[in-house]
Amino acid sequence: MRRILIGLGSLAAVLLAVVPGGAQAPIKIGLIMPYSGQFADTAAQMDAAIKLYVQQNGDTVAGRKLEFIRRDTGGVAPDIAKRLAQELVVRDQVDILGGFILTPNALAAADVSAEAKKLMVVMNAATSIITTKSPYIVRTSVTTPQLNEVLGAWAFRNGVRKAYTMVSDYGPGIDAEGAFQRAFKDAGGEITGSVRFPVANPDFSAFVQRAKDLNPEAIYIFVPGGVQPAAIGKALIERGIDPKKTRILGQGEFTEEEALRSMGDGALGIITAFHYDYNHDSAMNRSFVKAFHDATGRDPNIFSIGGWDGIHLIYETIKKAGGKTDGDALIAVAKGMRWESPRGPVSIDPETRDIVQTVYIRRVEKVGGQIRNVEFDKVENVKDPVKARMQP
Amino acid sequence: MLVPLLGVLFDGFAYGMLLFLLSIGLAVTLGMMNFVNLAHLSFAMLGGYVTITLTQKLGWPFLATLPAAFLAAAAAAVVLERLLYRRLYRASELDQCLLTIGLVFMSVATAAYVFGTSQQPFETPPYLRGAVAVLGLRLGIYRVFLIGAALGITLALILGLEYTRFGTQVRAAVDNQRMARGLGIDVERRFAITFAIGSGLAGLGGALAIEMVGLDPAFALTYLVYVLIVVAVGGLGSIGGSFIAATLLGVSDVAGKYYVPELGAFLIYLVMIGLLMWRPSGLLGRRQ
Amino acid sequence: MREAGPPEDPRRELWARQRWRGLEGAFWLATLAPFVLFPAHLQLASQVAIAGLFALSLDLLLGYSGIVSLGHAAFFGIGAYTAGLIAKGGWGEPVSGLLAAAAVAGVAGYAASFIFSRVRHLALIMVTLGLGLLVHEAANKAHWLTGGADGLQGVRMWPLAGRFKFDLYGYTAYGYSLAVLVVAFLVVRRVVNSPFGLALRGIRENAVRMPALGAPTRSHVRTVCAFSAALAGLAGALLAQTTETVSLATLEFQRSAEILVILILGGAGRLYGGLVGAVIFLVARDRFSGLNPQYWYFWMGALLILIVMAVPGGILGGLARLAGSRRRPGARGPTASRVGSS
Repeated sequence: MRRILIGLGSLAAVLLAVVPGGAQAPIKIGLIMPYSGQFADTAAQMDAAIKLYVQQNGDTVAGRKLEFIRRDTGGVAPDIAKRLAQELVVRDQVDILGGFILTPNALAAADVSAEAKKLMVVMNAATSIITTKSPYIVRTSVTTPQLNEVLGAWAFRNGVRKAYTMVSDYGPGIDAEGAFQRAFKDAGGEITGSVRFPVANPDFSAFVQRAKDLNPEAIYIFVPGGVQPAAIGKALIERGIDPKKTRILGQGEFTEEEALRSMGDGALGIITAFHYDYNHDSAMNRSFVKAFHDATGRDPNIFSIGGWDGIHLIYETIKKAGGKTDGDALIAVAKGMRWESPRGPVSIDPETRDIVQTVYIRRVEKVGGQIRNVEFDKVENVKDPVKARMQP
Repeated sequence: MLVPLLGVLFDGFAYGMLLFLLSIGLAVTLGMMNFVNLAHLSFAMLGGYVTITLTQKLGWPFLATLPAAFLAAAAAAVVLERLLYRRLYRASELDQCLLTIGLVFMSVATAAYVFGTSQQPFETPPYLRGAVAVLGLRLGIYRVFLIGAALGITLALILGLEYTRFGTQVRAAVDNQRMARGLGIDVERRFAITFAIGSGLAGLGGALAIEMVGLDPAFALTYLVYVLIVVAVGGLGSIGGSFIAATLLGVSDVAGKYYVPELGAFLIYLVMIGLLMWRPSGLLGRRQ
Repeated sequence: MREAGPPEDPRRELWARQRWRGLEGAFWLATLAPFVLFPAHLQLASQVAIAGLFALSLDLLLGYSGIVSLGHAAFFGIGAYTAGLIAKGGWGEPVSGLLAAAAVAGVAGYAASFIFSRVRHLALIMVTLGLGLLVHEAANKAHWLTGGADGLQGVRMWPLAGRFKFDLYGYTAYGYSLAVLVVAFLVVRRVVNSPFGLALRGIRENAVRMPALGAPTRSHVRTVCAFSAALAGLAGALLAQTTETVSLATLEFQRSAEILVILILGGAGRLYGGLVGAVIFLVARDRFSGLNPQYWYFWMGALLILIVMAVPGGILGGLARLAGSRRRPGARGPTASRVGSS
């Protein structure tokens, strides 16, 4: 009996507990990210960068204090993301929405941004069409076609004539496959075959064996970050596919830091296209990486840089709009904005409100005993090619 | 045609052996006490993280961490069994589900808090890296090691069950619990020890899994489905059944992806449904 | 104390169960509270109502018929995608889309029942799991139809009854979801307290013996599967319409597991269990994740463990014991061991 009462009592206490109210702050920014669940690490990296920026630049902009309200989607959950965006707007009265690591969540929240006329800063989600869903959306990360079309064209320019593609069978993978194949074929290359693996695939040996049977000149790979890059990297090594003989091409997630540590020497020679690496050689990046490392003990990655530039954009638009925070004022200022980011020069395309930046081609090399991505080529001022083709 | 086929079979068998190690504990405890322990893979995760910590922070050699992973998971099992599980032996399965799901949540959150949310980078010891050429086949050395370890453990389990008194009592309890009690066998105590061993094996499986499939806090949930499939198809309480089921699933998954990649993930589920329709109690399970 | 034994007049017994009790009236009155007391939380309230309906559909299967399903989200998702595709195709009228979605899900449930009725115990659980996973994978592959991982785009609903728009503020969303929940609940309540409902309980308690009584078990199982699937599809369609989004998340194993937890939390086999569980789980999750976005599920897990240890049989089970009411025969949740029992 007593146990039952304790159980029910604690339940009631939980439900009725009042969430402590935030300090009274004039500008409220709602951050919607997958803080928990399988994508939690991406949110951790992005949030760390945002916190670092606020710490370095103070939390007052144009005379008004900033307040951040963080909401967790738990992963891919567009219905929850949309509800959270609605609650942030209606209940918490935020002025700006930010974050958005996963495409389905960004697409769902876009409706809210459009209806409520709030500036929405997409700091990671990489599908092209996102910025078309609301006239108040700005993106500070990258789009999948930006990277992969550049890679496809570059590959042909640099001697690759035939390629075999392997991608994960879900939205971003299919986008990446399409972008690479399109640009590669447009340049004159030939796709000798392709395969798609299930998204949550633990074991790549079968697929890699299939690729090996065809003995291709080059293999293009796309897998989502996390455990898979290392898994497929190791499968390649196990099957004896040598990146120095068969060109392995991919998007930068494939050779992110943790994956490289697990792959070891077998990864040397892999070529990837990406918009940011923490080893990028610029003074601004070096101080950014140092500050980030001091604060978190880790190196920044693309989620960090997306968050960093996202919060930078928020600060700058508020300043330039003189402290006004309605969507129309902010978006007008955001269009065409240019700045120097730790990744290189970036700007916001006034027509599409999407990011324009430099895409780097990197090779995995051993530098001073450490295995890392070394930038050796680049393509500047890359706009999102899908939307560029949609323009009249 | 033959060489790639054998290579695929070998890879599939290795994958199956990993699933076997992860599932064996659950198969026995489910068969013995009908206790639905959905937190089984949390013990696997514990074993994996123990190995990571010992190799990275304390510099232990990989092989030495394996017994540590086993013991850590077994110890955790003993503690949790005393504190929580013991109270719910008589409860309905649904309540057992709820308890163990709560444990999974807590374990995943704790792992994320302590170790961070990213995947754990792991450097395989050099003697386990790469591949060895055997009869024209490239066999991954780690996979060979995994298969060897799994077969060794299977042998130990079978010998233990056949030739020790404890093993005989466990088999009796699995076959007919009421009878076993009637004969004076303290089923609860046997179960507690079996549970500890089964969870320890899961911990060992988790440690061995790092190299093959990676370790992150979501591990406890991601592989739960596969483990449930192995246990259901193999039959509750049957080590041999789990062995066959794991092999079957591992091989068909890998072979399916090689020959018909469009089917991808479908095959493992279709195979499971088909096998269950044919033999609902599992391949070597007790007939209802 | 009523003596044991079959009731004198079964029909009067059933009619007696259908009478409304004061507590029930209070519960439904309380569902109107969000409009007045928590107007900023109407979207959450709408999602609670939808989850409650989903849990109610699972209760029919699990609580009343003893069929444990780990793949119920398949029907939820089928309903959601049907409603979404109808709206995307240009027909944005809510109620007709809703009914169409429920019908499609019901047909799927009927088809699945042919497989379900062939297996029992753990095999049944795994088969439901397998089918759920298959449907999820199929939807992922058919991204030309479903939009794949990005979700279905272009779902735009017309105003309900020509007047009530589905907007930011959620009044329409909650009103609509609540209304559908009430209607569905009334139907389920009637069914559960009918001879058919008694037959279902019989199947739950002892499926082997029922045919000996002359009850057509196979056809009952098929009917309840179809009905339960239709209700789940109804809930899914509601979600699609009120949020104007549909994604693969509606078909995930996680969603099936979540709704099972919700039902067990509230108490299976008690009609209101799913509703109570939905309120508690979703509100607790919202609160916890607001307080601590990164590790809220630690507290969620602790809460679940606490509840199981303190109130076995779900919240309603605990409340029933607290109130000291003796359990009426047949109102019990499933207690007998279902899995691998000898």
